[in-house]
Amino acid sequence: MIVALKMLTAAGFSGKAMFRPSILGHSWEILLGRETSLRSFSSKHNIPPSAKYGGRHTVTMIPGDGIGPELMLHVKTVFRRMCVPVDFEEVQVNSTSCEEDVHNAIMAVRRNRVALKGNIETDHSLPPSHKSRNSLFRTTLDLYASVIHFQSLPGVETRHKNVDILVVRENTEGEYSNLEHESVKGVIESLKIITKAKSLRIAEYAFQLAQDMGRKKVTAVHKANIMKLGDGLFLQCCKEVASHYPQLTFESMIVDNTTMQLVSRPQQFDVMVMPNLYGNIVNNVCTGLVGGAGLVPGANYGHIYAVFETASKQSGKNIANKNMANPTAMLLSSCIMLDYLKLHSYATSIRTAVLASVENKSVHTPDIGGQSTTLDFIQNIINHIDTVN
Amino acid sequence: MAALGGVRWLTRALVAAPNPGAWRSLGTSAVAHAASRSQAEDVRVEGAFPVTMLPGDGVGPELMHAVKEVFKAASVPVEFQEHHLSEVQNMASEEKLEQVLSSMKENKVAIIGKIHTPMEYKGELASYDMRLRRKLDLFANVVHVKSLPGYKTRHNNLDLVIIREQTEGEYSSLEHESARGVIECLKIVTRTKSQRIAKFAFDYATKKGRSKVTAVHKANIMKLGDGLFLQCCEEVAELYPKIKFETMIIDNCCMQLVQNPYQFDVLVMPNLYGNIIDNLAAGLVGGAGVVPGESYSAEYAVFETGARHPFAQAVGRNIANPTAMLLSASNMLRHLNLEYHSNMIADAVKKVIKVGKVRTRDMGGYSTTTDFIKSVIGHLHPYGG
Repeated sequence: MIVALKMLTAAGFSGKAMFRPSILGHSWEILLGRETSLRSFSSKHNIPPSAKYGGRHTVTMIPGDGIGPELMLHVKTVFRRMCVPVDFEEVQVNSTSCEEDVHNAIMAVRRNRVALKGNIETDHSLPPSHKSRNSLFRTTLDLYASVIHFQSLPGVETRHKNVDILVVRENTEGEYSNLEHESVKGVIESLKIITKAKSLRIAEYAFQLAQDMGRKKVTAVHKANIMKLGDGLFLQCCKEVASHYPQLTFESMIVDNTTMQLVSRPQQFDVMVMPNLYGNIVNNVCTGLVGGAGLVPGANYGHIYAVFETASKQSGKNIANKNMANPTAMLLSSCIMLDYLKLHSYATSIRTAVLASVENKSVHTPDIGGQSTTLDFIQNIINHIDTVN
Repeated sequence: MAALGGVRWLTRALVAAPNPGAWRSLGTSAVAHAASRSQAEDVRVEGAFPVTMLPGDGVGPELMHAVKEVFKAASVPVEFQEHHLSEVQNMASEEKLEQVLSSMKENKVAIIGKIHTPMEYKGELASYDMRLRRKLDLFANVVHVKSLPGYKTRHNNLDLVIIREQTEGEYSSLEHESARGVIECLKIVTRTKSQRIAKFAFDYATKKGRSKVTAVHKANIMKLGDGLFLQCCEEVAELYPKIKFETMIIDNCCMQLVQNPYQFDVLVMPNLYGNIIDNLAAGLVGGAGVVPGESYSAEYAVFETGARHPFAQAVGRNIANPTAMLLSASNMLRHLNLEYHSNMIADAVKKVIKVGKVRTRDMGGYSTTTDFIKSVIGHLHPYGG
């Protein structure tokens, strides 16, 4: 909601700001000058409206690698069954795609503003100039906040009960800066970048989210005892923002301790905010806590764009096309997407059906200890949609 | 409310079922397919999609009658909420307009006839038609000009889409006498709205798998106004590298359209040019009676005929051609996710025209509107019935 508001004001503002000079620009030279300046200005700040017409949305769909394509098929089946007013523009990007395909896909997200994405495998044997496709999406679209809600699901056996953690991860800087070099032969420097602007931005996002969701506590995760300046800045920014939210408790915790606390007593956490790499690790720990990669949906938000994907960045290549992948995570991601598009009633109906099927042990897929197939699970969801609604 | 919504869901789900595509991906058997179809027959009428109907002037009510008859015969799960708004029959008032607006805001989808605008000035510059459009912010008008197989016109196999901005430009309703004997009409072009319509055109092209968008303008004369429009189109085009972008001056565009219309794919233009081109292009494939149209805002969708004429001289003579309105209604059903019914009706209409036995006067035949409707209903049954 806040993001949408900001978006609107930004669009309104840039529209005004750009129109003003054209009224003044009478002489031809001024006009020419204006046009060139407009062009360069607009490419950065000009935001065209989203692709929503007559109440129907167009959403970019990037199936990706591994189980992505089959999961997307299931999303489409369920959407169709519910008559969801969303059309998908499918864009193919996978580990073998060239740079241009990735840019086309990013362009497609720019057009529609919202995307549902499978994971794109990163080949580690390629030269270092080859950046991860997934992180290219996040940095190019400035999807600075990754938000994942980890919740214990009834029906899924896990070691810990009643886990309910919101993890907010900075998505665009830190260790993922892609700045590495060999300064002296045999010595590699990887640059971890922490900036005040981005740290404040993510902290603000986390606190605002905590407030909107009626949460009580925000925990900043860091390693400021070792990286006193870098993580120190992050922590300081969090403290600064925390002072504007007196009703929320603010705590900080060192990352190594955090992982230990997470696996021993995860119920102590409420909302967590952290830089990029720690977020990656904490997210995976939490995913394990609530039942595994097949269950947890994730979302990446920027000021303008939003990309929805599963929490765990695994493509599941080994179980692709075997009719055994767990579609829960992708379906729940699509529900978060529907909520983001303000199609709340559709989101709620699908979510209810998915959660009901997760509760039904007879249709569990192998990853959560069952013996059913993906199609059995989907069929159960559809039956639920048909009978309940 | 919850209960009502529930029934609606059920119907939607069941109605969607007859479409084989949804099932194939599931890999379930044909038995399930057949079973849900027969189930659908039973529930259809119950929780229908509400749609606002505004018959308008001239032959509008007759065309709406055709739509209702065909929908009834095809058991389409749509429930019309009819409203009457007409300036020429003294049935227009603020109150009526409000009623229509609130009905549309609730249903989000409407099917409307032309609300005729009298030429004489009675103190109000904006017509009700315009005000309705503005209040709902129906900024994009889409006319898909497609030759109907079996009906020969000067140009055959035409397939082009005209997208028109319809909330600003020459239709600003801003006119005044600045000095005695001198009238200024203000044509307004804004960046926001130009960008919006350009994006709509490219999004439409992407969605429908089209390959080219042509922006039509008069920027050689209106260097600032149409220049801005053109510039916005160019900027938006950068986001769509796979779609070819061209520009054309309006006068040349008119000539090209009558000489070689096959060069066009999707055309996007400001308000008045769109109005003219809509009619010109409709004329290429058979006139106002056969071309469907639709208007969109972000929230609402309105389905209507492509060339908006009341055709008042035909009222009561049973000669109006319902093709355009029926095809438009079919598009409306697709918009509502009722693909099965949408195809059923569009196929029936096209079949009637292809067979060519029943044609209304505008298409060179001698049949009445009623005959045509009957013939369409006769061709409805999709499984050879």
